Amino acid sequence: MQANDPDILWVEEPKLGLAGKLYLPLIAQGLTTTTRHLFSKKITVSYPDTEPEIANPLIYRGVHRLNRDEQGRVKCVACFLCATACPAHCIDIIGTESPWPDREKYPESFTIDELRCIYCGMCEEACPVDAIELTSLYNLTGRTREEMVFDKEKLLSVHDQTIDKEPMRSQGGATSQGGFP
Amino acid sequence: MPLVETQTRDLAHDEEQEFVWTLNFGPQHPATHTTLRLVLKLEGERVIDAMPDIGYLHSGFEKIGEHLDYNQYVTVTDRMNYISPMANNVAWHCAVEKLLDLDVPPRCQYIRTIICELARISDHLLSTGAMGLDTGAFTFFLYAFNQREKIYDIFETLCGARFTNSYTRVGGVMHDATPLFVEKVREFVRTFPRTVEDMERLLNRNRIFVDRTKGVGVLSKVDAIGWSCSGPIARASGVTRDLRRDEPYLCYPDFDFKVCCMREGDCFARYLIRIAEIKESLKIVAQAIENLPEGPVNCEVGDRAHLPDKSQVYQTIEGCITHFELTMSNRGFEVPEEECYHATEAPNGELGFYLAGDSSDVAYRARCRPPSYIHFAVFPHLIKGHTLSDVVAVLGSLNIIAAELDR
Repeated sequence: MQANDPDILWVEEPKLGLAGKLYLPLIAQGLTTTTRHLFSKKITVSYPDTEPEIANPLIYRGVHRLNRDEQGRVKCVACFLCATACPAHCIDIIGTESPWPDREKYPESFTIDELRCIYCGMCEEACPVDAIELTSLYNLTGRTREEMVFDKEKLLSVHDQTIDKEPMRSQGGATSQGGFP
Repeated sequence: MPLVETQTRDLAHDEEQEFVWTLNFGPQHPATHTTLRLVLKLEGERVIDAMPDIGYLHSGFEKIGEHLDYNQYVTVTDRMNYISPMANNVAWHCAVEKLLDLDVPPRCQYIRTIICELARISDHLLSTGAMGLDTGAFTFFLYAFNQREKIYDIFETLCGARFTNSYTRVGGVMHDATPLFVEKVREFVRTFPRTVEDMERLLNRNRIFVDRTKGVGVLSKVDAIGWSCSGPIARASGVTRDLRRDEPYLCYPDFDFKVCCMREGDCFARYLIRIAEIKESLKIVAQAIENLPEGPVNCEVGDRAHLPDKSQVYQTIEGCITHFELTMSNRGFEVPEEECYHATEAPNGELGFYLAGDSSDVAYRARCRPPSYIHFAVFPHLIKGHTLSDVVAVLGSLNIIAAELDR
């Protein structure tokens, strides 16, 4: 671009003037600004007492859960798509022949290392049966590393804990292009 | 210009040791903000030489790019310039789409433009805020950070994460924009100018701040071009270059905005440029959110680039096959054996990715051109002759992000 291009805005330095050079008038101006903020609405949240509001729990990327089907069995079919899509390689699945007639495989063990996970949500996008989903639980803590490696039972218990507030995507009708509420 | 051999200087064992003393600034110092190290040669309080020492935050991001596929790598770009992750996401996927020769739908381009500009606002809020913080203006920093929180909220509504967004995908985005997102952006556009006014009132004519930054770290136009500076740092020195105007990408030609430039080239000019750019970015966001086109946000199933919508996966055979093939590692994207470079105007300057495709779905080479790396090289040139207390002012005005610098 040339220097005289009409798309260029040449920013001017603000003039200090006499008021600026004298310090005091501008100190008074600064103090009025801060005083106005002093009496305006408080913007901080006292965290453990009041939880922050999550705008859209359905797309929030928190702790994972493994969904159950209508009969309470694990929905996962051990297709390994989530483990393939995971950029952090934190999902470990051992698939075996399913004891139920309606599908061929099911996960004998399904572990997610929650410390290794980067919560990108790619497992959720890759799952072809809506079995793995991210919930809105964000304050995950533990005392040991072993405690933070979630196995199948623990992931299913996250489902039991959250399913009332966050319906499954296939049942809530919420898909990536359909738009969330 | 002929290439000259680099001088390797051992500042600690210099002959002039009697008059000159050496100060290690960083890697752990509150004003470096991240792990930067500077070896300063001081004569009294005057800096006569400075040597940046980089590599403290080297994480092998470019090597990881040779192992993660084009979608997975977006999680790594989040962690490069972590104060504006969305801009990095967009830069990466613009480069990938150029390599794949893929056109994304207009709605996707508009959403990407909006998040890019919001990222620019949040980046400038933090860099000017931190510059104020380093020179003693703490309140200014708090006002800026409160508005950054609003932008985090908007991003959380859009993609479910506040900080490491990983929002874009090849040929589209992760989730479509919702009415709630549009409403939040409108509210931000409405309430934000008041904060900028407050910020300007606190610092623009504050004599303490002006005295500390005006005339400090002057970068001439010739030097700015010679050191290949870009972004607000080059524009503060009078280089009239903005990739959004000069090499338009996304849908920037649709919008009415100005490129902010100054001739002074000192720290104060870089501060003023950033404040002016915040206002221009807000204008772009306001125009884009009102003209957000309807229609699909992602590429069609036939393009085989973006994971199909879940309803298509369950109901159509093409959707199901595309879904599986795109996720499987050996039959994902169809990538030509070509090279490409795509640069975007990131908040800090020109952020470009150079990609070499080798027909697999993992890049053969994923080189990043980070603005911070180039701007940190200018630092010794800017600080020479100034006092030790000016180091923080100059560092703050350059906005060096070590994670992006070392990659």
